[in-house]
Amino acid sequence: MVHPVSSRPTRLLAVLATAFLAALPARAAEVTNFTLDNGMEVVVLEDDRAPVVVHMVWYRAGSADEPPGRSGIAHYLEHLMFKGTDKRGPREFSDIVAANGGTDNAFTSYDYTAYFQRIAADRLEQMMEMEADRMQNLSLLQTDVVTERTVVLEERNQRTENEPGGLFAEQRRAAQFLNHPYGIPVIGWKHEIEALTVNDAIAFYEEFYAPNNAILVVAGDVEADEVRALAETYYGVIPPNPDLKPRERVSEPPQLAERRLVFEDPRVSQPYVLRTYLAPERDPGDQRDAAALALLREVLGGSGATSVLGQKLQFETQQAIYTSAFYSGGSLDDTTFGLIIVPSEGVSMADAEAALDQTVAEFIETGVDPDQLARIKMQIRASRIYADDNISSLANRYGGALAQGLTVEDVEAWPKILDSITEDEIIAAAKRVFDRDKAVTGWLKAPDPETEAETEAAEVLQ
Amino acid sequence: MTRLGHNLALALAVTLTALAGKARAAVEIQEVTSPGGITAWLVEEHTIPFTALEIRFKGGSSLDAPGKRGATHLMVGLLEEGAADRDARAFAKATEELAAQFNFDIYDTAVAISARFLTENRDQAIDLLRTALVEPNFEAESIERVRAQVVSIIQGDAQDPSTIARTRFDRMAFGDHPFGSPHEGTLESLAALTRNDLVDAHDRALAKDRLYIGAVGDITPEELGLLLDRLLGDLPDTGAEIPEDPAFALDVGLTVIPFQTPQSVAFFGHEGITRDDPDFFAAYVVNEIFGGSGFQSRLMQEVREKRGLTYGIGSYLASFDEVGMVLGQVATANDRMAETVSLLRDLWAEVAETGVTQEELDAAKTYVTGAYPLRFDGNATIARIMVGMQTQELPIDYIATRNDKINAVTLEDVNRVAKRIYRPEDLHVIVVGQPDGLPMTE
Repeated sequence: MVHPVSSRPTRLLAVLATAFLAALPARAAEVTNFTLDNGMEVVVLEDDRAPVVVHMVWYRAGSADEPPGRSGIAHYLEHLMFKGTDKRGPREFSDIVAANGGTDNAFTSYDYTAYFQRIAADRLEQMMEMEADRMQNLSLLQTDVVTERTVVLEERNQRTENEPGGLFAEQRRAAQFLNHPYGIPVIGWKHEIEALTVNDAIAFYEEFYAPNNAILVVAGDVEADEVRALAETYYGVIPPNPDLKPRERVSEPPQLAERRLVFEDPRVSQPYVLRTYLAPERDPGDQRDAAALALLREVLGGSGATSVLGQKLQFETQQAIYTSAFYSGGSLDDTTFGLIIVPSEGVSMADAEAALDQTVAEFIETGVDPDQLARIKMQIRASRIYADDNISSLANRYGGALAQGLTVEDVEAWPKILDSITEDEIIAAAKRVFDRDKAVTGWLKAPDPETEAETEAAEVLQ
Repeated sequence: MTRLGHNLALALAVTLTALAGKARAAVEIQEVTSPGGITAWLVEEHTIPFTALEIRFKGGSSLDAPGKRGATHLMVGLLEEGAADRDARAFAKATEELAAQFNFDIYDTAVAISARFLTENRDQAIDLLRTALVEPNFEAESIERVRAQVVSIIQGDAQDPSTIARTRFDRMAFGDHPFGSPHEGTLESLAALTRNDLVDAHDRALAKDRLYIGAVGDITPEELGLLLDRLLGDLPDTGAEIPEDPAFALDVGLTVIPFQTPQSVAFFGHEGITRDDPDFFAAYVVNEIFGGSGFQSRLMQEVREKRGLTYGIGSYLASFDEVGMVLGQVATANDRMAETVSLLRDLWAEVAETGVTQEELDAAKTYVTGAYPLRFDGNATIARIMVGMQTQELPIDYIATRNDKINAVTLEDVNRVAKRIYRPEDLHVIVVGQPDGLPMTE
C-alpha cells in the first residue's frame, strides 16, 4: 500500500539517469590500493561509522567480452556462480552469508561482472575464503544449469519483453554500434540465451575468472593492513591465468550516416523521442573530454527547472513534460551521449524532435550561462561531502572504474578535472559530440492506425 | 549503464519489512523538544559536515476531501514548484546554489520530506525549505505543468501490468476508501482540481499535530530545536481528521485481467495482522522463512530455484494502523502462470498446515538478528528509521531490545502464527496478462 510515487513521470526514464554527481570519490574515507603478486588489484576504503563491510570481486569480463553467437553468457555465468563449488552445494554460499546476517548478490554489465556481500565486518575472512573458492572451483550440475536458464529467460521477460522501453533501447543500441559488441544487450538476445550451454559457461569462466583479471574492493569498518593479510592468504595463492589475452575488442568503423527508427508497441502510453550520439569515454590519464561531456549533460539536461532543455522546453515553450540528457563516461570503449524529450499532449513527435534540435543549436550559439555552471560546480563540491555517507556506492565507484580501465588516481582526479572545465570547453565538446552521422534517433510510440506512413516506418532503418 | 542484478525478490519483498525496527550498536538517539514544542529524534554525527532531516506528516493521500481524489498528491508535487517570492525555476536555482537536496514524497498514510543540507549554509537551506512547506504559491502555470506530468503517470499506470494488478487488488480490498484507489486520482478527478482544492489539501495535510521528525548529522540538540521552530513553527496547529482505516473486503478468488504481454504478472494476498499485534514478531520471522528477501525463502526455493518458473517471488507483511495484510508478487511467462498459481496455493496451504521446522526457524533468526545492525549505515537511512519508529509508537530504546524480541520467538509461536497469517481459504490472486489455462474473469 505504501507505494511512493514521484510527482514526476520519471519512472519510465529512470534507467537513463546517470548523473555524474554520483561519480565522485570519497573525501573522508581512507583509500588504499595495492596489487597482489598474482596480479589481483585491491582497493580498501576505510569507514568505521558502522560495523559493516562490503566485500566485492569485480572481473574484467562483461557482455562485450563474449564470443560471437553466445550473447548472455557473461550474465548466465553470473547466475551459475551461485550453484556451488567442489566443496559447497548449490546456494550454500548465499545460505552461509544469510546465516551470518548478511546479504549477497551480483551484477553484470558490458565491461564487468561483480559479486558482493554486505555483512558484519568481523565476517570478512569467511567471505574471502568463499569467494576465492568460487573463483577456482565452480562445479555445475546439469539440472541446475538448465533450470537457471529458464530463470534468466524470465528475467529477460521481466526486464525487456514486458517493457516496450526495454525493447526500444535494444533496437537503438543495435543501430548505434555498427561493429562493437556494445550493440548487443547485456542479458543477451533471447534466441541466443535459449541455446547457451554449460560448456559455454565453463569456457567463459576459465578464460576470465582469474586473479590477474580481477579487482577486490573492500569497504567499511576494516583496516588496510588486515585486508592485505587476508587477501594474500585467500586470493594471493590462486595462480594467475597465463593465457589471459590483452583486452582488445573490435572497433567501430567510421559512422557515416544517421540511423533513424520508429518503435511501435500498443503498450506505450507515453511516446518520446530519444537520440544518442557516439561519444568518448573516460580514459586513463585523459579524462578531460569526458569531463566536459559530463558537465554538458548537467548544463543541458541536469535539472528540469534549471537546465537548458528544461527551461526552454518544459517552462518557456511547454512543448515537453520531461526532458533530459544522459552521459556516463564510465566505459571501456566509446559510449553514448543521449537526449530525450517527452512531448506534451498535442505536440507531435516531429515537432518535439525539431524543438529539441533547435534548443541545442541555440545553446551552442549562446554559450554556457556562467551562473548555472557555478551552481553545478557548487553541487559537485557538496557531492563529495554527501558521498562519504554511502560506503557501498563508493565501493561501486572504484570497482567500476578499475574494471573499465581507469586507475585509483583517475578516480581521485575526476572532481578536480570537473571543477576546472571551462565554458568554452563545454561548447567545444558539444560541437564535437553532436554529429548526426554518428547518431541514432528513435521514436517510441503506440501504433496509430490513422497514419499509414508511420506504420510503414515501424522497422529499423539503418 | 545496464546492470542486471541477480535477485528481484529483494526489491519486491522488503517493502514493509523495514517496519520491523532497526539498530546500529552505536546509534544513540536523543529526544529533542524545540522551544516551540516540536519534538524530534536526533543522532549526532559530526564526522561529515551535513545533516539529513526526515519529516513525516501523518495522513497523506488518505486526507483527500470527498470528490477531490488526487488533490494531496498534486499539492505535494507542487511544493517545490514555487514558494514565497520565488517561482519554480528560482526555487530550483536557490536549492542548487546551496547544494541542498529536498525530496517531497506522498504515501497513502503520510507526506514525507527528506532533506540534506551542508553545515556551512544550513540556515539558508532551512529558510528555503520553510517557504516550500509554509508558503507554496500554487501558481496557475505550475499547476498545469505538474498536472500534465501526473496525467502521464496515470496513463502509464494503465499500461503497466504490475500496477494494473496492484490497483485492482486495492480497489477490491478497500473500495471507496482512499486506500482503494491510486493517490494520483483519475483523469477526471485530476482534471477537476482547482487551486482552491490544493490550498485546502495543504491545510488538511501539513499541520503540526501530525509531525514525526528524525535528524542525523552535524547538528547539536540546541541547533536542531531552533531549526525546527524556524522551519515548521508557522504551520497551522491542526489539520484534517485522519479517517479510520477501512475493513479489508477482498475474499478468496482468482481475478484474471487480459493484457497483451508475453509475461503475466500476479499480485496476491489477504488480510493479515497489524504492526502492534502481539504476534507481529512471530509473523515477521515466519514470513522471512516463507517469502522473505533473499534466496533462502521457500517461495524462492520452490518457484525459482527448483522449477525456474520466475526471476523473483516474495511475500511480505504490510500494515496500516488498524488493518494488516500479507501480500506478494510473481511474474512468469503466460504458458507457466497457471502452474505457478497452483504451486503458490499449495505452498500457502502447506506452511499454514505444517508450519516450519526448528532448523528453518534458527536460520531465520540468525539472519534477521544479524542483518539488523547492518541497516544503520547512513545518515539519511537512520533518520528514516527513526521516523518509522515514532510513527509505529515504538519506544526510543527499541533498537536495543528488538533482537531480543526476535530471539524470544519459539517454534510453537511461529507455527501457531503461520495458521493466522497464511489462509489458503482467503487467498486472492490477481493475474494480468494472457495466461494459458486460467479463465479470464472479465
